[in-house]
Amino acid sequence: MSGEIVCPVPLGDGRRILLAHGGGGRLTRELVERIFVPAFRNDALAALHDSAVLARPAGAFAFTTDSFVVHPLFFPGGDVGKLAVTGTVNDLAMAGARPLYLTLGFILEEGLAVDDLVRVVASVQAAAQEASVAVVAGDTKVVERGKGDGIFITSSGVGVVEAPRPVSPAAVRPDDAVLVSGPVGQHGVAVMAVRDGLAFASPIVSDCASVAGAVLALLGSGVDVHCLRDPTRGGVATVLNEIAAQAQCEIGVHESAITVGEDVAGACEVLGLDPLYVACEGRFLAFVPASDADRALDVLRARPETAHAARIGTVRRDGTPGLVVLKTRAGGERVLDLLSGEQLPRIC
Amino acid sequence: MKYLDEYRDGASAQRYAESLRAIVTRPWTLMEVCGGQTHSIVRYGIDEMLPPGVTLIHGPGCPVCVTPVGTLDRAFRIARQPGVVFTSFGDMLRVPGTQDDLLHVRADGGDVRIVYSPLDAVTIAEREPDRQVVFLAVGFETTAPANAMAVLLAARKRLTNFTVLLAQVRVPPALEAILQSPDCRVQAFLAAGHVCTVMGTAEYGPLCSEYHVPVVVTGFEPVDLLQGITMAVRQLEEGRSQVEIQYRRSVRPEGNPRARAALEEVFEIADRDWRGLGRIPRSGFALRATYAAFDAERRFPDAEPLAREDPECRAGLVLQGRLRPQECPAFGTRCTPDHPLGAPMVSSEGACAAYHLYRRRAHLAQVGAA
Repeated sequence: MSGEIVCPVPLGDGRRILLAHGGGGRLTRELVERIFVPAFRNDALAALHDSAVLARPAGAFAFTTDSFVVHPLFFPGGDVGKLAVTGTVNDLAMAGARPLYLTLGFILEEGLAVDDLVRVVASVQAAAQEASVAVVAGDTKVVERGKGDGIFITSSGVGVVEAPRPVSPAAVRPDDAVLVSGPVGQHGVAVMAVRDGLAFASPIVSDCASVAGAVLALLGSGVDVHCLRDPTRGGVATVLNEIAAQAQCEIGVHESAITVGEDVAGACEVLGLDPLYVACEGRFLAFVPASDADRALDVLRARPETAHAARIGTVRRDGTPGLVVLKTRAGGERVLDLLSGEQLPRIC
Repeated sequence: MKYLDEYRDGASAQRYAESLRAIVTRPWTLMEVCGGQTHSIVRYGIDEMLPPGVTLIHGPGCPVCVTPVGTLDRAFRIARQPGVVFTSFGDMLRVPGTQDDLLHVRADGGDVRIVYSPLDAVTIAEREPDRQVVFLAVGFETTAPANAMAVLLAARKRLTNFTVLLAQVRVPPALEAILQSPDCRVQAFLAAGHVCTVMGTAEYGPLCSEYHVPVVVTGFEPVDLLQGITMAVRQLEEGRSQVEIQYRRSVRPEGNPRARAALEEVFEIADRDWRGLGRIPRSGFALRATYAAFDAERRFPDAEPLAREDPECRAGLVLQGRLRPQECPAFGTRCTPDHPLGAPMVSSEGACAAYHLYRRRAHLAQVGAA
């Protein structure tokens, strides 16, 4: 893909998205031909037909979809476009699949700056290239001003499963080691900081990134991966609870083993948030047999994006099914529960 | 993190627990005043590290919990009015009134915004002169200076579209009310470090001498709490009742004079209603007449009858330390963070929330065994 995006002239007055850009007429065609097609140049998309026609890869498909709404659209370390790619790519990787194709549905708000759309599309293109996926189909709609929030993106993705055995909570076994691929909580705090105008000494950068490369390396090394999950909404604590419930096991984790960046920890302390419940967009949890744990960590730590991978806990042989227990830094144990709704900053 | 990690260190915590064990000769009951302390205690298992016989009971120091339900209902009615921007700290949003909370008001179209400082609400008022900006000013002496500063700033900028809905309370009268209750079991207080950072310690001297209770101004981390408990128990064992400061890295006996001057300028001491505790004389702040223009109760007159608590909620007893959260019949069943009957179940400093969040397994085991 060349990634070159031509100047979006005329596009109406060229500065703002108009309702007519979604009307199906000349402006719609200009939008597609000048912004989207050049960014994602590939044979399937270039046909501009109603469907992309793709060769069938060998093996089972993984197929997923997700919608991306983030305010603000741009934040340190990413934007809604990059999120739309990495989020779906990562969901495919969590099934042990190699991501191949994406489709993107854009809902634009009337009045959106065309420059912002161009930036987001360029970011989609860069993230897709990085993750080696092709954007093969897309759609654009425009809603009236006030009925959207700049840009909403829905992305669906197809991948081919490379894991030799199903990767899922059902495969989790007692004594499995729980690994996390890096420091947690960066994305959520980065977005909250820009959204709410919180000034920290240096900007906190989102961890938004594809984890497909690391997952494929793990699978390629022969590690018997039982389960993978990316701790997006609700963070590590929520995902551990989901898996403990689905696998009907108790999971024990060590607070001191979970890395939280100094800046993220400081921001969470000030705001009264628990970083274990804050979203990550470029991390994953892996459940592997204890005997494979060291090898898995070696594979991950050899890659820059997962250099700080760590073993944080164990699936307990006995215990209460569905429970997650945290061994605290001070030496006590406590339940790591699901939150009720979102975390809210506290009074004092 | 410097100034935090050393106060969460497991080895130091153990050392304090041991030194406490060495001095205890009989049972003592202490109350930690602040909800932040309660959460630390339950979260880190501090109560389980104490020698047998040393009991902690949880105090009323959660600003969200003690805000009267009538004030909340009034807040929700104001927030629903067209043209109003209703601003609040985040953890007030889920607190239930009689039948509503701010999250539902927002979902119904009310313009409810989370701010991190009351000064942000003043900025909104400046930027949106056509709208009435109201700030829900709840809290203890810790939040009072920033709320006073917001009023002073709005006055200096001559804003006519900024008001505060005030539910500002003071700690010492509440402690006195607890000591006066006939079945009071409290023998010593761990006073709230941040409240005393603002106010200093002079207000607590009379409590010590009149009721013969030691007061130790204590911080919020595990090592702080264990040290504070040790200091209080040592006083009890030695028959002393004085004000001592454990939280020296933040508290001076005279408090913060500039913050106190701002309080003095904007507020006067007034009787206040506490959720669960009722009316306590001189237990809060009201705006002085000079600043009455910034009083949301005047800007939005309201004739609705005063709201009533859900009769099943025992928050009042919990807030006085007379009932442990898990002893409430509704705990974990009809009252959960998703469907709270009262504020202590949803506030980030609420005792019921702390037990529900961190001690659910113990509770499940108990219920299962019963």
